[in-house]
Amino acid sequence: MKYDAEEIVEVVKMLNEQDLDIRSVTLSVNTLFAVSDEEEKVLRKLEKINELVSKFVDAVNKVEEKYGIRIVTKRVSVSPAQYFLEVISKEGFGVELAKKLDEIAERNSIDYISGYSAHAERGLSKGAKVLLDSLSSALNSTKRLTGAINAASTMDGVNVEAVKLFVDQIFSMRADASARTSILANSPKDSPFVPSAHHGEGLPDALVNVAISGPGVIESAIRATSPKSFVELYEVIKKASFKITRLGELIGRSVAKQMGVSFGAVDLSVAPSPKVGDSVASIIETMGIERLGGHGSVAALALMMDAVKKGGSMATSSVGGLSSAFIPVSEDSVMAERAIEGSIDFFTLLALSSVCNSGIDMVGVSKRQGKDKVIGLILDVLAMGIMLDKILGVRVIPLDANPGEYVDLGGLLGRVVVMKLKDIDVSKFTRLAGHMPNGIKRLEMG
Amino acid sequence: MEPAVVVVIGTDRPGIVAGISSKLAERNVNIVDISQTVLRGLFSMIMIVDVSKSTVSLGKLREELQQRGKELGVEVLVYHGEVFQFIERI
Repeated sequence: MKYDAEEIVEVVKMLNEQDLDIRSVTLSVNTLFAVSDEEEKVLRKLEKINELVSKFVDAVNKVEEKYGIRIVTKRVSVSPAQYFLEVISKEGFGVELAKKLDEIAERNSIDYISGYSAHAERGLSKGAKVLLDSLSSALNSTKRLTGAINAASTMDGVNVEAVKLFVDQIFSMRADASARTSILANSPKDSPFVPSAHHGEGLPDALVNVAISGPGVIESAIRATSPKSFVELYEVIKKASFKITRLGELIGRSVAKQMGVSFGAVDLSVAPSPKVGDSVASIIETMGIERLGGHGSVAALALMMDAVKKGGSMATSSVGGLSSAFIPVSEDSVMAERAIEGSIDFFTLLALSSVCNSGIDMVGVSKRQGKDKVIGLILDVLAMGIMLDKILGVRVIPLDANPGEYVDLGGLLGRVVVMKLKDIDVSKFTRLAGHMPNGIKRLEMG
Repeated sequence: MEPAVVVVIGTDRPGIVAGISSKLAERNVNIVDISQTVLRGLFSMIMIVDVSKSTVSLGKLREELQQRGKELGVEVLVYHGEVFQFIERI
């Protein structure tokens, strides 16, 4: 292949000035071989993944060194811990299991290990109940472990009881622990992103999934071309998305090849980071919305995301995970700024969620506003997930602070702003018992 | 051939091309193509090199070239050729 100087300069700019990097390479590994009715046996058998994890770290380092591309995090996702707790149904064992996974991650310099998770969309099995009851103890006693509850699905409806138990748990968590915990509708089984990543059913024993981070590339492409029509804007985003996704495909394939395991998927999500110039909100603002939250924001995000998907789908033979724009408030510096100044509120985030897949993500809530409003907020997102047949989740950080205040969690997590929940009593609704039935979308499947 | 791209950026001064290319020769890396410009005192050079017979890994070569760059007061970036091939070609 002949290299054109302009092409070389373009790629070098993407990688250096526009913060294009690989957000995460995630090894998804089946850990169900370690299920046993003896606690000691489970912990001993789990040690077996150490070899694979260490091989994975070695492969990622080699690929990073060869290509000269930044790989920001290395993650591992494991089979949902729920399955271990179906057999040994003790909260204390859940915490031991959590600590073991955390320790394996720490030993291998893995940034996050994900899978302290359960499926509870139609009801609570014994294992799912124990997992939920031990969620705060498990997350509070670890640093790298992440957990998620799939509490809703298009097939099954919304398990409101699980939502209530989840909210009880996050209210007892440290901020860094609730930042590692989410609740979802239609959780995908091949996501490279935490906290939802887990090794789901129907997969081979090991897979490599990849997440890219390139909002800066998309923003710069729009700035450089100043499109005059929607179609021009669409084309610019589509082309930029193709290019950043190709990088994910190259790195994912290379790591999988190096390890001798299957390549899973590239998650097409546009994921921001708190760094300046790495913001999804900034893309929307570059498209002509003065501040994210203004009328037209949903249309702009919809247009962007559709173009990203069309460009990205051409660039990889296997898409997976959440594949959408992420709008985490704390992890996006412009988003956090807009939350502080009041341009966006919870309903803005809900409206944006209808055209992307992150839902309400990385937002602080004041514990002083009570649990019912948080339950209501989660139900809004999960209901939207099952009615629109989308992957949506909620990751809120309950804090002893007032709306408008914030705490800085540092690193990729950024500044968590406490956003005001509407001061309207919803307890009569949220305290209704049981399960919210599946919607009419279910019947479209048969 | 296993292509890699070496990009050098910095303030122009004598010895930059010699400094970088002598390191490449020392490691048995062949220069396939080279283009350089000086714009308002800013030196920029793009080299396509073949690392298939290199005596060190690409990571080590990058480290050594960046060290040489530091001595010369320029920034050196090194990427594997496949990065460009994947991003720029269908």
